[in-house]
Amino acid sequence: MGKNLTGKTVFIVAVLVVFLYGIFGIPHGGLKQSVLNRIHLGLDLKGGTHLVLEVHVAEAVGSETDRDVARLEADLQKAGVTGATVGKLDPTGAPAKITISGVPTNKVSDARGVFTGNDYAAYDIATNADGSTSMTMKLGAIRDLGIRTLDTSIETIRERIDKLGVAEPVIQKYGLGENQILVELPGVEDPGRVEEIIQSTAKLSIHAVIGTPYESEQAALTANAGVIPPDAMLMHGSVSAGSPDQVWLLKRVSEVEGTDFRDAQPSTDQNGRPNIHFTLTTEAGDRFYKYTSEHSQSSATPGSMAILLDNKVREVASIQSAIRDSGEITGAFTKPQAEDLSLMLRTGALPASISYLETRTVGPSLGAASIRQGVYAAIAGMAAVMLFMLVYYKGAGINADLALMLNLLILLGFMGFSGATLTLPGIAGVILTIGMGVDSNVLIFERIREEMRSGKTAAAAVQQGFGHAWITIVDTHVTTIVSAAILFLFGTGPVKGFAVTLVFGLLANLFTAVFVSRTIFDAILAKKERGAALSI
Amino acid sequence: MELFRSTSIDWLGKKWYFLGFSLIFSVAGLLSIAFWHYIPLGVDFKGGTQVRVAFAQTPNEEHIRAAFDKAGVHDARIQRVSDPSGNAANKVIISLPQATAADNAHDAGREGVEGALKSNYKDSAFTIEQVDIVGPTAGKQLQKQAVWATVYSLVGMLIYLWFRFELIYGVAAVVAVFHDTLITVGAFSLTNQEITLTVIAAILTLIGYSMNDTVVVFDRIRENLALSRRESLSDVVNRSINQTLSRTVLSSGLTFLTVVSLYLFGGEVLHGFSFALVIGILIGTYSSIAVAAPMLVAYQDWRGARGKRASLPAAKKVRT
Repeated sequence: MGKNLTGKTVFIVAVLVVFLYGIFGIPHGGLKQSVLNRIHLGLDLKGGTHLVLEVHVAEAVGSETDRDVARLEADLQKAGVTGATVGKLDPTGAPAKITISGVPTNKVSDARGVFTGNDYAAYDIATNADGSTSMTMKLGAIRDLGIRTLDTSIETIRERIDKLGVAEPVIQKYGLGENQILVELPGVEDPGRVEEIIQSTAKLSIHAVIGTPYESEQAALTANAGVIPPDAMLMHGSVSAGSPDQVWLLKRVSEVEGTDFRDAQPSTDQNGRPNIHFTLTTEAGDRFYKYTSEHSQSSATPGSMAILLDNKVREVASIQSAIRDSGEITGAFTKPQAEDLSLMLRTGALPASISYLETRTVGPSLGAASIRQGVYAAIAGMAAVMLFMLVYYKGAGINADLALMLNLLILLGFMGFSGATLTLPGIAGVILTIGMGVDSNVLIFERIREEMRSGKTAAAAVQQGFGHAWITIVDTHVTTIVSAAILFLFGTGPVKGFAVTLVFGLLANLFTAVFVSRTIFDAILAKKERGAALSI
Repeated sequence: MELFRSTSIDWLGKKWYFLGFSLIFSVAGLLSIAFWHYIPLGVDFKGGTQVRVAFAQTPNEEHIRAAFDKAGVHDARIQRVSDPSGNAANKVIISLPQATAADNAHDAGREGVEGALKSNYKDSAFTIEQVDIVGPTAGKQLQKQAVWATVYSLVGMLIYLWFRFELIYGVAAVVAVFHDTLITVGAFSLTNQEITLTVIAAILTLIGYSMNDTVVVFDRIRENLALSRRESLSDVVNRSINQTLSRTVLSSGLTFLTVVSLYLFGGEVLHGFSFALVIGILIGTYSSIAVAAPMLVAYQDWRGARGKRASLPAAKKVRT
């Protein structure tokens, strides 16, 4: 027995050291600091903001098909097919469906050639009863677009938040729903400011303005004989602070999307007014040149363009001259507005707009108070339990208390090694583990007492005690671990933290209550005479 | 020191007392759920805005409400924070209904509360400590998650018990668990405390705990049934409970100690969670003895009365 015992003891001490390392790392800067370096605190303990956003992926589908409408028109022209109308019959209800009608009968095959070209591989082509052709985006393509939109949104938000210097933000897909993003910002406690920051990654596009602004949608409708043409849309907005809300008639297809900007910097024009100097990508530059030369102030059809931010008109600027890929946006900007807008353009705009689904903020004082109270409760609970075990089980009580302390160290060590987050319910989980952990000891000790009462020797009683109790211990631990696993899968942040500490605690307990306690008993029995009583 | 050396209490004989006790609490809870406080749902499930505000001095609820009315913030529910440790004496939780957290005006409720207090509440300074805004989409999602988690938990338990024991054991255990959950939720309704996600987590944990406890008793019953073929089922069950009584009371007692510590010292944020555990541990232990075990015997007797073969290996009760 001797060699075995030494081996086991060495093993236990090794485990202790390893898990101490897990908690403290190589301590420098004081113990408390070392612990905080290793164990991540959740937002509810650190203070910060948790946001869940939904990305309106359907809008991306709409924008993409809008662009394809414009491209189709151009391609049909190039193929010599004139007189055809390309458009979406139902832009809101069926955003992925383009209808082409009015193709002259002698050009049908040329048109077909355009439709089936590589550029439109994402579409299913069908001929309608009235001779027009419908192109509907394939479901697979829509899904891919959705995924791409979500990924791009995550990247854009991440860049934006990086530039604002929030430490250790978390930005990732949110498992609970479709097209949702989770953003966690430690240390940021003002949800209003945060939402502004993220809102600033909203969807941006530039559209051609048709006519002059109207006072209301009603006025716009009457001015256009009650019908808005399918290639145009009405948008609200107010161009400067304090000016009333107006309605503009804009061309539906945008001239420039947020993704077309390569750079944007705030600057001032020759009169000292703030403006924005921008650069577009080459491809966008070509498109933009065509548009602006057709509508500059010096052309036959001068026009203005509207900057749409999150489906609201933000600025309306006149086109001074033809712009290729670099130019200025002049409008009634204030300096901060110019800076904000440049930042948005620079870091890229979201491909679709977002809305907030859930916001949770915890202030740092509440977080610190929670930690303090949680730790008090843990110490009080542990002290009560340890005292009771000592009084009730005497010598064996010391055994149980040692196992309990080791249990706690291993649990915290697991947390340190795995990088799991400690939340407030997680602290409660630690406290619960203390209570449930000592249950295993009680089970074993009661069995040992029973065996000794029926006349067995100390050594035999210990053997029987551990042997019989083992199955029940496994049973109870497995049921609780399964329970915790379900909580982990279905819970949100704080609840996940609870499940994690519970599982770690129970696993640690399986080790300490059985292996460690047994070793301590064996060590004590080895020193005693055969047949001597056991302090239990 | 030993509290329960060799007890021989006739537990099954007392089953009518147990039934009465359980009925009183279950019915009280059910009545409260149906007519009085209903099931108080937290912002996680109900949606809306909830703001926890700490005031420098004792807050005056009348003045707070006046401040809100003046700023046009209606439908606000104002509650003092309850915390046994007394740390949260000057804190107030303000809840606004779901309409204030619509998907396109998410921040409206919080802005309203903050604005109203800043401009109209002059009694003392305040800080906003915690904000929870749950829109309708998120609320529905969280509800679904909670329901699925509970269903999976129960089904998982049932399957596990079916595996380890026979179906009747599993059913008896699940009935005991339903009983526990009902009384716990009833307690929340009676005391008008909110059920949030963490409370659901506590309830799922206590389901696991109650199951544990029941399994310990069942394990012993099974062991004893295998050893003795001459005793009636009632006698075996009684003996098993008496044998495990020591362990049951001690272990529950110790867990209860830690959970009470959490309730008293754990702070206001964990208040609902620790309350659920306090009630749950007590009731969970009680139900293993008072609900699960008698159900086993009752099912057996029922099968016997209908002339079917006993599904549990035990001789019929010897009539003397």
